[in-house]
Amino acid sequence: MSAPPGTGTGRRRKGGRGGGERTMVPDATFTSYYGRPVVKASPWAADIPAYLFLGGLAGGSSLLAAGADRTDRPALRRTGRIGAMVAITGSFVALVHDLGRPERFANMLRVAKPTSPMSMGTWLLTAFGPAAGLAGAGELSGLLPARWRGTPAIRLLQALTRPAGMAAAVVAPAVASYTAVLLSDTATPTWHGGRGEMPFVFVGSAAAAAGGLGMLGAPPSQAGPARRMAVAGAVVDLAAAQRMEASMGLAAETLHQGRAGHLMRASKALTALGAAATALFGARSRAVSAVAGAALLAGSACTRFGIFEAGQASARDPKYTVVPQRRRLEHAGSGPG
Amino acid sequence: MTDLFADPVDPARAAGWTDPPRRKGFFTDTSICIGCKACEVACKEWNGVPEDGLDFLGSSYDNTGALGASTWRHVTFIEQPTSAQQQGSELAGEPSDRPEFRWLMSSDVCKHCTSAACLDVCPTGSLFRSEFGTVVVQEDICNGCGYCVPACPFGVIDRRIGEKGVVKNAGIAQKCTLCYDRLGEGMTPACAQACPTQSIQFGDVEELRERAAGRVATLLEAGVGSARLYGHDPEDGIGGAGAMFLLLDEPEVYGLPPDPVVTTRDLPAMWRTAGLAAAALLAGTVAAFARNRS
Repeated sequence: MSAPPGTGTGRRRKGGRGGGERTMVPDATFTSYYGRPVVKASPWAADIPAYLFLGGLAGGSSLLAAGADRTDRPALRRTGRIGAMVAITGSFVALVHDLGRPERFANMLRVAKPTSPMSMGTWLLTAFGPAAGLAGAGELSGLLPARWRGTPAIRLLQALTRPAGMAAAVVAPAVASYTAVLLSDTATPTWHGGRGEMPFVFVGSAAAAAGGLGMLGAPPSQAGPARRMAVAGAVVDLAAAQRMEASMGLAAETLHQGRAGHLMRASKALTALGAAATALFGARSRAVSAVAGAALLAGSACTRFGIFEAGQASARDPKYTVVPQRRRLEHAGSGPG
Repeated sequence: MTDLFADPVDPARAAGWTDPPRRKGFFTDTSICIGCKACEVACKEWNGVPEDGLDFLGSSYDNTGALGASTWRHVTFIEQPTSAQQQGSELAGEPSDRPEFRWLMSSDVCKHCTSAACLDVCPTGSLFRSEFGTVVVQEDICNGCGYCVPACPFGVIDRRIGEKGVVKNAGIAQKCTLCYDRLGEGMTPACAQACPTQSIQFGDVEELRERAAGRVATLLEAGVGSARLYGHDPEDGIGGAGAMFLLLDEPEVYGLPPDPVVTTRDLPAMWRTAGLAAAALLAGTVAAFARNRS
């Protein structure tokens, strides 16, 4: 039987913490109502972290494609444009699939609200999606048999390909960074606690993923910018994540425990190894380049799933809501008791 | 046009209503709650809220658990040992042959915040500010994105689980409407109407704030040193609640956050950081292509 909630130290009911996990901040005693959560965890499933990953990949790939287009790197451009099209389509499907009423998706377009990151994100995707899709489709049309390429529709598509790719690249940085605000603008302790650094974690992760895809799809002779983007992105991702954990206080615990802990450790290992292999051997070996690129993509996905899971865990345990708020009141000296 | 991110004082007027009626709300005085759950039943009956589990939770008389999509009033039960010393100060002048034990009961509900995070983050405009200053979901607009769920600092609103077409409003965010339909007819919300002890009081928020201040002063004077108000202060992190409480212990004992802050208060800073990060990504890409072919 659980202890009387008014006096007990609000232990989680399903046993303590798993053995061997390191504790960032000393255990604090706190009170809760039968150990039940104070805030609610989001009702989101794997769709949302997948959406975060694919949105970042799409944004980064559009930027890479635009640069490749301007510097005459056709294989890198093709990889970027097709990658962006596939990724943004996947992220859109994930977003709609996660709705409680998917058939009402279009209700998102009733309003434009700066106070709602999801509303802003919807409008960003409304601008980015068609542009990236057009650029990707134009790229694919180049693979059609010669007798179809002359038709007016295909000729129009090909004329629009380059402007569409540039338009997508203009919106792309916002597409890659806004998702951090989407998570941070909640009462979920780990997500809100990471608000100062998470946009940098996310753009770093997006650059690493897009660079990784570029290295998979283009030969090393064309993939120089992809390698530089991947290494720089990985460094920003890892450094910003480190800072985020250090500044977050108690809620950082959830990034080291359970499923989120496994994912974050995997993300750091994959991102660091991928970046190191890219810097050392990327220019020389296509095989190493491809493996490193795949590692960077996997690392980026693990970052998004890890941060997502850590937030969910922080909402389910009342400790992460009650203890920091109680401390805040005590420091302000305005506590009611 | 008012500043989108500023904390409104009169939420209905700030939301664009011209000449709205006085802001309506609840004052839940938990010191006289007897835990009868008439409020839970009346709410379910009037609002047609579906059954959401008949479980034995092993938490005193609370088998409801928490507020959620299908629980808009929730009575908490806390069995609390108290020291004899505390009893002495609590019950000044009475003989101390009472058991060293007390029972706290409280009927929790949506706070109808002045600065409401659920409403701020809703991407469809389904959540809106009524003319009574309350926060209500338009069920025909909500597409079930679920963003309001983690945004609420009190864990009130949730997405209703169930099979579409079988369970009413399945897949849609749901919470207390402060009986919007009854308010329109000048009636009292069902929970307050059903409360047999007037633990749940309905009225104009301004008047309720005064009543709450008077009641806590009376209790403190009578020696109930643990009495305190919650959600009554327009200076708090949510700009004051439309539904305030008189509690007999710390808020977290009742499952309430001790110092809730509306998440959108930090949103301007978050947008700035995201803008910086986006600019860094663009600059990084340009730099990656700046060198000659390698």
